[in-house]
Amino acid sequence: MSAQSTDVTALRSPSARSAADAQVGAPGARRARTRRRLRSASLNGFGLIIALATLFPLFWMLSTAFKPSSEIYSLTPSLVPAHPTLGNFREVISGQVSGIGSVWLFFRNSLSVTLATVLVASLVSLLASVAVARFRFRLRASFLVMLLIVQMIPAQALIIALFLDFKRLNLLENLFGLIIVYAAQALPVSIWMLRNFVATIPRELEEAAAIDGATSFRIFWRILFPLVAPGLVATSIFAFITAYNEFIVALTFLGQAHSDYTLPIYVTYFFGRGGAQWGPIMAASTMYTIPVIIFFLIVRRRLVSGLTAGAVKG
Amino acid sequence: MAGIMGPEHAVLPAGLPAGLPGGPTARRSRAGAFVRRHKLAPYLLLAPALIGIALVLLWPLVQVVIFSFQNYSLMQITGAAPTQWVGLANFTSTFKDAEFWLSLRNTLALAIVVVPATLVAGTIVGLLLNRLGKKMAAFVSTAALMAWATPPISAAVLFYWLVNPDGGVVDWVLSKLPHWLVGSTNWAQYNWTTNGAFQAYVVIAVLVVWQSFPFIAVSVLAGLKTIPAELTEAARVDGASPSRVFWKITYPLLKPIFMVLLLLSVIWDFNIFGQSYIVTGFPGNQNEYNLSTYLYDKAFASLPPSYGLGGAIALIFALILLVITIGYVRTSVRQGALT
Repeated sequence: MSAQSTDVTALRSPSARSAADAQVGAPGARRARTRRRLRSASLNGFGLIIALATLFPLFWMLSTAFKPSSEIYSLTPSLVPAHPTLGNFREVISGQVSGIGSVWLFFRNSLSVTLATVLVASLVSLLASVAVARFRFRLRASFLVMLLIVQMIPAQALIIALFLDFKRLNLLENLFGLIIVYAAQALPVSIWMLRNFVATIPRELEEAAAIDGATSFRIFWRILFPLVAPGLVATSIFAFITAYNEFIVALTFLGQAHSDYTLPIYVTYFFGRGGAQWGPIMAASTMYTIPVIIFFLIVRRRLVSGLTAGAVKG
Repeated sequence: MAGIMGPEHAVLPAGLPAGLPGGPTARRSRAGAFVRRHKLAPYLLLAPALIGIALVLLWPLVQVVIFSFQNYSLMQITGAAPTQWVGLANFTSTFKDAEFWLSLRNTLALAIVVVPATLVAGTIVGLLLNRLGKKMAAFVSTAALMAWATPPISAAVLFYWLVNPDGGVVDWVLSKLPHWLVGSTNWAQYNWTTNGAFQAYVVIAVLVVWQSFPFIAVSVLAGLKTIPAELTEAARVDGASPSRVFWKITYPLLKPIFMVLLLLSVIWDFNIFGQSYIVTGFPGNQNEYNLSTYLYDKAFASLPPSYGLGGAIALIFALILLVITIGYVRTSVRQGALT
């Protein structure tokens, strides 16, 4: 491991290495090599410490989730479960400990809200981004600035009015109301991200297709859509995270409608019930967390490019 | 059905350049011609987004402003008592409330600690990732990605468990460490979350840094990749120390990214709600409120709930954020984001 890293460092700075070799000859070269190896070893050590410290809380969540309660509340906690058990997961799935239902119910709620949000937000923001990137119209710049400002308004500031409005519309205590709010919340950033992608597609492509007699719908579907697909992936990731993690609106809207709880509200409810059921709570947290970690690992490339592009450029 | 669908369908084709003559139905092409003649295409494409943003984000904002000048509460909703304009009464009673100043202090203190801590930690990890060998860099960035991916509520519950007085691993480790290192406090069964605002916010600060440094690291790394390696290497060969290379070359080149990251961090850390809700055990400990949980208490947890007071707090909150946001917008515009 460390030898390989040294090679990489050496490859990266061939000029530095040969200069050092030429200056001081063989013994000096050996000393320089030792210093390089030392530096790369300390860098690796530092990296290892950071990675392990970062992973520890998650490791502890998993470890607790697989421990029987005698081990969880033991006076000398052990790093890994001595007698690993699936009991905590079984209790969470049967729904007995939380008293409001199986974790799968809340999983399904979260998943349907999230997927619907992604779908609606992607479609609506794609249309808007085509308008912003392809047309010059009055108030275009004001619209863009409005998006930037609106994106910063925290849900906390709006929650009172949202609660009263959606109550009047009878959209509290169901998932549909959440989807509307989440999709709208995802729009400003999604439009900003997508307009960059649409703007990079050469207009000539569409014009050529139009001359060849393609209908507008066909142009959109066969030319524009495939080219903005990477952008749509980026906005979908953003909408996915927004909806899957959202807390304050779901907390306020869902109230006592237990069967409509999304995962974060379920975990909060479970946590708030007290009685120190840490095994099952950590099992529930694990089931809430693992899917999104897997999702992040799958999309990591796009995550980095998409989200940073979105965040850095607006 | 087809008749109803017709004009709506026309929206999409007409939105693209050179909608062609000879559409499938006469109705559709007539609608298309109308759209083209009046240059309506961009507005039609924008309509769904505008309606959504207006109804869910802008109109509620207007309503909150109105509430903040009214005595709006349950009685007014049911019609048992009339809605009255009360001038600045909601604001004056908010400013007279000691809890408000406490929550403002907690919010500011958290941001002042967490924003620099996140930026420094994220930048150090970003620089490290840029220097590490391939395998080690992949390991570190995967670990960071996992912390980043953890949903805030899940992370808050997890950290609450880590510092729990009954069986929490942090208290156990601290109680085993020598006194010269961790002070003479009796760490066994030490209560972090209800002992006082300071202890609770230490937990929240660590939690927030843990969750948000990866984004900073990844953004800084993306910026570092754009700096030609020759620049920093030349400086290093000339004998410049690593810190000098960072402050004289890397930092000036990445300054725009740092500005945006700084503003985003300030905004995010001001907005913390869920983590504070969980860790402080809302609505248990009022001296541990931040602005968000204080607002939420006044609007939903107090009896009777006061939407007027909540509105006034929301407005104060939004105004503070607006000042920061203007800084953000100006930075973005200066970087040519509007072109």
